[in-house]
Amino acid sequence: MSAHPEHPLHLAVALDGAGWHPTAWRDPQATPQALFTPGYWTALVRAAERGLFDFATIEDALGLQSDDHLSTTDRRTDRVRGRLDAELIAAFVAPLTSRIGLVPTVTTTHTEPFHLASALATLDHDSLGRAGWRVQTSVRSDEAAHFGRRALPEIRRDALGTPEVDAAVADLFEEAGDAVEVVRRLWDSWEDGTEIRDAATGRFLDRDKLHHVDFTGRFFSVRGPGIVPRPPQGQPLVVVLAHGRTVYELAARSADVVLVTPQQASDVPRVVAEVRAAEQAVGRTGAPLRILAELVVALDPDPAAARERVGRLDGLAGSPLRSDAAIVTGSPGELADVLQEWRAASPELDGFRLRPAVLPTDLDALADELVPELQRRGVFRGEYDSVSLRERFGLVRPASRYASTPEVAR
Amino acid sequence: MSAAKQVILGAYFPGVNHDTVWSDPASGSHIDFASFEHWARTAERGKLDLLFLAEGLRLRTRGEAIFDQDVVGRPDTFTVLASLAAITEHVGLAGTINSTFNEPYELARKFATLDLLSGGRAAWNVVTSFDAPTGENFRRGGFLHPSQRYERAGETLAATRRLWDSWGSDAVVADQESGRFLRDEHVGDFSFRGEQFDIAGRFSTPRSPQGHPVVLQAGESPAGRDFAAANSDAIFSRYQRFDEARAFYTDVKARVRKAGRDPDEVKILPSAAIILGDTEADARDRHADIRSRQVDPFTSIVLAETVWNRDLSDVDPDGPVPDLEPAPDAPKWIKGRAPLTQDAHATAEAWRELGRREGLTLRQVVTKVFDRNVFVGTPSSVAAEIDRYVREGAVDGFILGSHVSPSGLDEVVDRVVPLLQDRGVFRTEYTGTTLRDNLGLAPASRFGEPGTAG
Repeated sequence: MSAHPEHPLHLAVALDGAGWHPTAWRDPQATPQALFTPGYWTALVRAAERGLFDFATIEDALGLQSDDHLSTTDRRTDRVRGRLDAELIAAFVAPLTSRIGLVPTVTTTHTEPFHLASALATLDHDSLGRAGWRVQTSVRSDEAAHFGRRALPEIRRDALGTPEVDAAVADLFEEAGDAVEVVRRLWDSWEDGTEIRDAATGRFLDRDKLHHVDFTGRFFSVRGPGIVPRPPQGQPLVVVLAHGRTVYELAARSADVVLVTPQQASDVPRVVAEVRAAEQAVGRTGAPLRILAELVVALDPDPAAARERVGRLDGLAGSPLRSDAAIVTGSPGELADVLQEWRAASPELDGFRLRPAVLPTDLDALADELVPELQRRGVFRGEYDSVSLRERFGLVRPASRYASTPEVAR
Repeated sequence: MSAAKQVILGAYFPGVNHDTVWSDPASGSHIDFASFEHWARTAERGKLDLLFLAEGLRLRTRGEAIFDQDVVGRPDTFTVLASLAAITEHVGLAGTINSTFNEPYELARKFATLDLLSGGRAAWNVVTSFDAPTGENFRRGGFLHPSQRYERAGETLAATRRLWDSWGSDAVVADQESGRFLRDEHVGDFSFRGEQFDIAGRFSTPRSPQGHPVVLQAGESPAGRDFAAANSDAIFSRYQRFDEARAFYTDVKARVRKAGRDPDEVKILPSAAIILGDTEADARDRHADIRSRQVDPFTSIVLAETVWNRDLSDVDPDGPVPDLEPAPDAPKWIKGRAPLTQDAHATAEAWRELGRREGLTLRQVVTKVFDRNVFVGTPSSVAAEIDRYVREGAVDGFILGSHVSPSGLDEVVDRVVPLLQDRGVFRTEYTGTTLRDNLGLAPASRFGEPGTAG
């Protein structure tokens, strides 16, 4: 496989706590005392930028982590627990970086779409067009109790697939779809060029370019317009992680990028086909979803050392590493082989979001060993060639849906 | 001899208001981060205590039309402050955040995060709203009865403080050897039950350097003053003229004492602007010029409309204050702006009386009534006045604005701050590490110990 200028490889990195291995924080290279300091996050995002990654995601939730993400608090004391607000981490690192996309995770379940639209538009202003949003829902009953506005049924893993649980989950996704729709409308509610500063007429802005969004849905209504002028990208990049048909459809309706979890190369064509089928089913128009596959990675130039390191962490955890995504433990060259093999399995796979098992160890290995290896093979860019995150994915800057005259993409 | 009483200085970023002369060639973007960066770096160069952002959760309308005359649009407060935290080291970062359209869990983790990211420099200006038109932008809608807004504000603050206290400063052990990350399985446990909230669970963000970010409030009504006296670390007011400032100061400090707190633990910080000239006459000329641009004929009508609550388009701004009666009970004519009067009829009569007594037109009355610029003079006379206000117990300091942003603060920092430093009433270097240290406030209550800061 060679570099396809028309179909470049995209790489994102997923940042969370001390890494994606549950006992990553006990690795000798980990710095668990620093997890809640700004320097920790700055160093991670800068490492990802050094590796020319398209974007870094930052995980978040409105409750404490739990080994089973469906369950309420597990009260474990031997795992990383506690997080900073992801959107604010992204805002903090924005002025300290210049190219990498910044994609915080923010739930739609208990938040106000109006606040979300303002925050993400501002992140886009502060980062000069590098903001994204990983849309997430919260199914956990304990998170609902943190807000006290509505009760969510406790969803047990063994109850998945029952009609009540399916209905509750479908509601959450429908609400998420509505939230994204409102947020996008609010981003559009200020056309480009609304601020005119016309001293002759005393008008600071052209009110004809401001629009009520007047959204009314099952879960909320929002009048608008927004309070933040249209952000540099027009609309920050919307990203959804999806494991099955319902969420593929949410992504097809709402997102620009979908993150998927094939378990091996031979799954890739099927997953891509399911995403495309979901796009058809919801009547998606415009650019097709960019598709990134998820991989948990633990790397060492010596593959045996990588396996040994994960084995040690597995021992501390009391069980082998498991994930919704496939796991690659080996050398950067072996990971490069896997990435190329998966890309070869479907030309429509745009790239990968890589989840480092241990931070910063595996992130450094990605930036300093995997990426140079991919560059040597001629399959990854040698420098950032765009500033805006949308542009990096070949997505045009959308015109405001309310614009009476077509806007010039910038 | 004890040291001279120190002046507290903050700066607010001019937002959506008629004081900002956007047509001035020096007026820059109100959105671009570069503007905020310039402003923050200037404040830090001047060793100021804090930066202050106001808030708006809807665009203003007049009649049904979106207001297009003043600066409109602003970025998200938390996001800007987090970005500023990265490029500053010492200055406090205060955000105005509404307690009506936010939930304690989210607020607590955003402020705790901002405090952690900034090394202990976060502050929250708690405001309330019962404005149904603002509710149109939120899933909750315009749900809150006006009488409940302080109830909700009080419960929001109490719940938020409970969340901040749910992680002790020793909660994160992170001992790689033993495998213990959290001190125990109850870290983060909380519950809060009141009239407005019934919430429980586990908080998810560790204790921040200040424990409790600094809490500011504004309050003018007796209920608002009592609430602020009982709950806040600093009070933001709009009383700047010496006598009214001292009356407010004396009243509020008495309320603080009555609430069982040390009056020194609550700082009173009116907003103010400084207009400088090389001579007193220069400064007065400059002031008059700026005022005429701030209160142009149309703006004078709009400001009158906020009192009258009706369309005054037909009124001549260069004629007398109109004899029309205000309509305080009519649907709001101007939405999305804080009310400027508690009693519209009394205010209208006072304006008429002022106009008759001094022979002023409506525009001249408005210009006079809304003159927020206390300090007009040379750098040395202004520095002397600021010092006098603090020394004589009218204020603890000021939050400074300007008619242009982001460069309006530059001349204050370059020309007035050095004179305050020469007088020994303003720091020459930051001494504390947190905003609480710099403001001279006690540390927040430590986990599990009786609170000292509420």
